[in-house]
Amino acid sequence: MQGMSLIVKNITRLVAGFIAIFGVYTVFYGHVSPGGGFAGGVILAGALVLIVLAFGEEFSRKVLPHGVAQTSDALGAMSFLLVALFGYMAGGFFVNFLPRGEPCTLFSAGTIPISNLAIGVKVGAGLFGAFLALALFRRQSDGHSRSPIAGRPNRGGPNGEES
Amino acid sequence: MQKLLPLLVAIPLAGGFLVPILGRLTGTRRGAAVLPILMVAAVLVLSLALLAGPDETLVLWIGGWEFPIGISLLADGLTRYLLVIVAVVSLLALLFSMDYMRQYTSPSLYYGLFMLMLAGMNGVVLAGDLFNIFVFIEIAGIASYALVAFGTEADELEASLKYLTLGTVASTFILIGIAVVYNVTGQLNWAKVAEAIAAGGGPSMPLYVAAAFFLMGFGLKAAMVPFHAWLPDAHPSAPAPISAMLSGVLIKACGVYALARVVFSVFGGSEVFGWVLVALGGASMVVGVFLAVGQWDFKRLLAYHSISQMGYVVLALGAAAVMQARGTSEAVVALAIFGGLFHLANHAIFKSLLFLCSGSVEYATGTRQLKLLGGLGRKMPVTGACLRIAALSISGVPPLNGFWSKLIIVLALVLGGFYTLAVITVIVSFVTLLSFAKVQRYVLGGEPTAAVEQAREVPAAMCLASLALAVLCFASSLIILPAVKSRLVDPAVRVVQAGPPPRAKAPPRVVAAERPGAVAAQAAVPPARLERTSP
Amino acid sequence: MTLPMLPYLLALLLLVVGLYAIVAKRNVIKIIVGLAILDYAVNLILVLVGYRTTPGAAPMAPILTGGMANEPALVAGAVDPLPQALVLTSIVISLSVTALLVALGLRLYEKYGTFDTERMRNLRG
Repeated sequence: MQGMSLIVKNITRLVAGFIAIFGVYTVFYGHVSPGGGFAGGVILAGALVLIVLAFGEEFSRKVLPHGVAQTSDALGAMSFLLVALFGYMAGGFFVNFLPRGEPCTLFSAGTIPISNLAIGVKVGAGLFGAFLALALFRRQSDGHSRSPIAGRPNRGGPNGEES
Repeated sequence: MQKLLPLLVAIPLAGGFLVPILGRLTGTRRGAAVLPILMVAAVLVLSLALLAGPDETLVLWIGGWEFPIGISLLADGLTRYLLVIVAVVSLLALLFSMDYMRQYTSPSLYYGLFMLMLAGMNGVVLAGDLFNIFVFIEIAGIASYALVAFGTEADELEASLKYLTLGTVASTFILIGIAVVYNVTGQLNWAKVAEAIAAGGGPSMPLYVAAAFFLMGFGLKAAMVPFHAWLPDAHPSAPAPISAMLSGVLIKACGVYALARVVFSVFGGSEVFGWVLVALGGASMVVGVFLAVGQWDFKRLLAYHSISQMGYVVLALGAAAVMQARGTSEAVVALAIFGGLFHLANHAIFKSLLFLCSGSVEYATGTRQLKLLGGLGRKMPVTGACLRIAALSISGVPPLNGFWSKLIIVLALVLGGFYTLAVITVIVSFVTLLSFAKVQRYVLGGEPTAAVEQAREVPAAMCLASLALAVLCFASSLIILPAVKSRLVDPAVRVVQAGPPPRAKAPPRVVAAERPGAVAAQAAVPPARLERTSP
Repeated sequence: MTLPMLPYLLALLLLVVGLYAIVAKRNVIKIIVGLAILDYAVNLILVLVGYRTTPGAAPMAPILTGGMANEPALVAGAVDPLPQALVLTSIVISLSVTALLVALGLRLYEKYGTFDTERMRNLRG
């Protein structure tokens, strides 16, 4: 897809950073105010989607590639599971083993901010990856698919590239 | 042992996230399968260790957070039984996929989705509260929708769309049921909901409405007859090991198990519920088998038979509930429940074997139309033998496992006084025998057709998986021996027969948190207590 | 005090609208929109289940901010936060399902050239 007009590109340059910061704020303050990992991740993904829509596909291939989105997705999920598994050191699965601090401040509530961060990264990267998969992987008119995702090459259909 | 329960969900979940990224590093198709097979083997070892342990109900409150704000995992006899079935079928289906998935691209994504589906199913059987059952059903469901569409041909996409739409409507109904239950009883932990219902003297009218929603939602997941329309399209379109998983374990863990849990352990199986289950099961049996006989697509025929065989299980459980409400002797009720649960395990074994054999046939010949096949018995001896064993099992030929479980169900129905149902069951078994005689004649007998000429035996891993399941077909007949039965199946039977769990199961530290007003209110929602986390 | 029946009836109406769209419409996109409306309706029912107030006081949101003076009153009388946690999970699930549906719809369009489900009836019998 191509990018949008010059006005949109300039406004995006100004605004995308703020949207991303708001997403990060929602993730980090998840244990104090409403929001948390999922909502902050969605806002973060919104900022990334805005960049891709405004600047076009070529730009996004260089700066925000699909492979990085998939890897951060998996890393976010794995760190959430690791936080849960580390709880075994303190007694059981998912036990909150870090010091808890003063309630309703930023550095409090044990492992909850870490879980929020992991979920924020996962949701942001995952939604962005889903957007890329939906919008960018298309069959061209000659029937060849540019998608590295699943397909059945031996059945006479268009070949999928190996990812 | 209690502390290891979350690992049964955490290990496959980690696999679901790790395998796609690690798969890009290994590059080969077989290399991508090593980590999933190791993880499923670990899950199988854990499940067997659970089954080998003493027959007690393990309750684990996650993170140390107790009732009423904590989430619990609960492993009783029924859970252990299903965990082992799920793990065995998953391991063999994975072994089969190592070579079968050569026909598809992106093996690492396939294995990732497979592990997510396994994590979802383990979570469903382990979950201690109703909402977590819903969440894990959705996890397994979303993975299965994507796996059904894995080949991205036109047929598979259409099947997946139908499956997705119907599955989502069913999940929505389950969620409405959960909302009504929470509104009436104020609890989500299904053991506590059972207490609240029992203390209120049985379900009230809003709870019957919730039960109706649950029956619709879980009935669709279990492919009961008014809600079966997705299965004949979805199961054939999936790759063969996924068809084996879907027919073999998914409709059982997400459908029949959840149905049994809600009807027996939460609502306390009363006569009304029993008759509804009998009606659903009976209709599924009859409609499934009569629609199956006329099919000419191998996998579509097997899919219709799944509907019919699940009808057997639900019929047996429903008849047990009716008999229990009528006051028939406990031994007959236990026999009916044993028949149902035994048939559940047998169906997992022989139906996955049938689907794996159909996958081998498709791998070797490229077609699944019965009219284009013939004479495979000579070209592919191992697959042919396994197919024959599986077809004899499902038809109910002694001494294979299908015969014993169908016999026990018919016996229990006769002893309970359901003579018409027993006759219908026998007729359905006979029609099953007919349709599988047709399958054997068209696939294995006769002269090799054009499609079969170049067929050779499938690779070793696929043969090994089929052979292992065929051996299990014989071995699971041994479950009728009292020594084996009391160890393996009786704990599950006792759980279903006992109905709502007794109060004494609550962990002792929780007693201080129970409030006397927290049960059996019509419309009151007790306040949630926010525990302060003091340093 | 809990809610009167009207909000529940309106949520039920929304549910029926969503179901009608799924059942009666032929366009794949309209089916997706119908599923979205169905999800909104169920989430609304769940949130409505959790509503409660102490009589005579304004409804309080279950948000604990630092240094709150009347905390026991908040704990006893705030709107029930548990159904809201359930709704969060449900929203995440419906997001994944919607993403999968849209992907399926796009692939079906590439195969058939149309969004009309009446043309996509290969599997029958």
